[in-house]
Amino acid sequence: MSMTTGEAEKQEEVAGIRARRRARVAWVFLSPALIVTAFVALYPLCDTLYLSLTNTRLGSEEPARFVGLSNYVELAHDGFFLDALLLTVLFAVITVMLELGLGLGIALLLDTRFKGRGAVRAAMLVPWAIPTAVSTQMWKWMYNDVYGVFNDVLVNRLGLVSEPIAFVADPRTSLLAAVLVDVWKTTPFVALLLLAGLQLIPRELYEAARVDGATPLQAFTRITLPLLRPALLVALVFRTLDALRVFDVFYVMFGSRPDMQTLATYAHEILVSISDVGYGSAVSTAIFLVIAVFIVIYVALFQRREA
Amino acid sequence: MSKGGGEQTRRAFLAAAAALPFSALISGCRRAPSAEDAAEELPEVRMPPPPVRGAGRHAGARLLYYAESVGIGAAIDRALARRFARDTGALVDVVPRPRDATETYASYLRLFQARSADVDVLSLDVVWPGIFAPHLLDLGAALGGLAATHLEAAIENDTVHGRLVAMPYFTDFGMLYYRSDLLPKYGYGAPPATWDELEEMARTIQGGERAQSRSFTGFVWQGKAYEGLTCNALEWIHSYGGGAILKDREPTVENPRAAQALARFHRFVGTISPIGVTGYEEEDARNVFQGGNAAFMRNWPYAFAAGNAKGSRIEGRFDVAPLPHEPGYESSATLGGWTLGVSKYSRFPDAAIALVGYLCSPEVQRFRALVGGYIPTIPAVQSDPDVARVLPFLERVRGATLVARPSNQAGARYNEVSIAFYQGVSKALYGTNPEKALEQIARRIRRSLR
Repeated sequence: MSMTTGEAEKQEEVAGIRARRRARVAWVFLSPALIVTAFVALYPLCDTLYLSLTNTRLGSEEPARFVGLSNYVELAHDGFFLDALLLTVLFAVITVMLELGLGLGIALLLDTRFKGRGAVRAAMLVPWAIPTAVSTQMWKWMYNDVYGVFNDVLVNRLGLVSEPIAFVADPRTSLLAAVLVDVWKTTPFVALLLLAGLQLIPRELYEAARVDGATPLQAFTRITLPLLRPALLVALVFRTLDALRVFDVFYVMFGSRPDMQTLATYAHEILVSISDVGYGSAVSTAIFLVIAVFIVIYVALFQRREA
Repeated sequence: MSKGGGEQTRRAFLAAAAALPFSALISGCRRAPSAEDAAEELPEVRMPPPPVRGAGRHAGARLLYYAESVGIGAAIDRALARRFARDTGALVDVVPRPRDATETYASYLRLFQARSADVDVLSLDVVWPGIFAPHLLDLGAALGGLAATHLEAAIENDTVHGRLVAMPYFTDFGMLYYRSDLLPKYGYGAPPATWDELEEMARTIQGGERAQSRSFTGFVWQGKAYEGLTCNALEWIHSYGGGAILKDREPTVENPRAAQALARFHRFVGTISPIGVTGYEEEDARNVFQGGNAAFMRNWPYAFAAGNAKGSRIEGRFDVAPLPHEPGYESSATLGGWTLGVSKYSRFPDAAIALVGYLCSPEVQRFRALVGGYIPTIPAVQSDPDVARVLPFLERVRGATLVARPSNQAGARYNEVSIAFYQGVSKALYGTNPEKALEQIARRIRRSLR
């Protein structure tokens, strides 16, 4: 208590030196990770950003020039891009909602104890383990209007419809066809993520709730959902990111059909088939920005609730 | 609560992170494709490759050849490379190109962009010589005589601004498959020569067969919006006298005959063709036809061997003919297949050109036809009795005119032109007014080639 100002200053100074030294050590330890991140993430990103400001073209005889924002101006008037943007966002919203809903249901089921739970959990991952291009091709054959199993059941076995439905080709069912493949493939992933979250919730909380007379529904809304929020956020972010970058399903199923392009298939078309690296980089940067907007919204939403 | 929440977040993240390697492990159980390829047993080549004639000695040269990647094609390429090495003294490294054509295309772009001397001889899809011409050697001086013996359409396709930048390796073309058991059953003595005849036959057979098989359909083809649709629609329009997309780098599609062709195929969708045909690729069409569910099919020659394979439902019950045409115009078949080119950055251009000359010689073409079923690009080899026995369809489609896609005119912009074309055709198949679709195609092509 009877510390002189000099001593206090000295102590503060020592603490300051220690803190600085610790910070320095921290930077040393962090630097490999930072360097790697800069190399594999920041550099490609900046390079793409730079390329999007040029008219670079692979295989072109003339050298690339800096063209400012003209690629972005073109992008804003590009009907194909705007259609792709709309379709991709629509696809992302629908699939993420379905996958989170179904995934949560499955996770809750798997969280209860029953015989053969381990086997069910392993089997659930099968769709997730098949490469998307392969499973999409498989689904495409099942969707086929002449020899596909769906139409066989609908037309010949059940007689629900008189004419076969061309799920892939018919514009009214095309999006549904793609959504189903994605939901089939990724719901297990979401379910597993949420299951991990569920198992972190202390069982005592439920016991206490039961003692206090809470109904199962109340226990779900008051205990499960709030405590599952971090896992939900992880699943939401992962799935939204993946859905906004969706490529394989649409590429295999629809090729370059003008009304069924996603941002990623459009970027691929421009970058690879047309080799217009400048404009393609602008499309890629736009994808990055769209994803960033979604992430910012999510984080803001969840932080506000948390506070 | 906020602190607990933070802790909870971290633990959830850790749990999630722990779950990830698990899923990676499962997908990791699939063998990596490269390891699989290396271990893959190639089929046996049953015949000795022909000797190399007049190529000279090239001791000291070391060539890298981007060759076929799988199956009998890869085995043949390796056997031929060994023979060339033995006879000329040049070393030849045969590297399988990526299995997927788009992947191959992307890797060539990068190789040429870097002016890489790592590759000497490349297999090129028939639409690539125009795109890669600036990076390919002119083979005219050395192989012009040999080129004159090949199909004219194929050589035209490989000639860009007067330079012969590639040599045809094997060819492909569209043909009409028909059920030789069903046509007589409905009183037809011969396959259809015109589109009207095809439409009428398909309607009759479809109507009759649907009594037993509800999913039976008249005519299947490739209607998905991809390169295959460019091939199909080029045949329709050309057989209507509507041109071949480009002439002198100007789009020629804005004409009433092309519009009539598109209108007809739009009418086919959901009548004599399944409603889903606008999503079909080659294999979708073949599955329908080979399953016995279609009277007619447009496809490439590979479906011939597949249809006659053991266990096929239509084995011995189908045949081929040239694709139909409008009265007064030609039956048209889009030219497919692969070619061989020599990189301008090669360190051993003479040896590389000699290798291409050997691979495209009549002897090798005959060998490849007999061993692997590859269609020769030299008419004289096509009519060789042994070749005709292995590829019996060749004689039946001789009347068709081979039409090349406009890749040598469009050059580096070919893919853009083709995308504009097939996307416009796809729109017309979905009901956009054909004139309007063609006008859009022409506008997009003009913009690309400006």
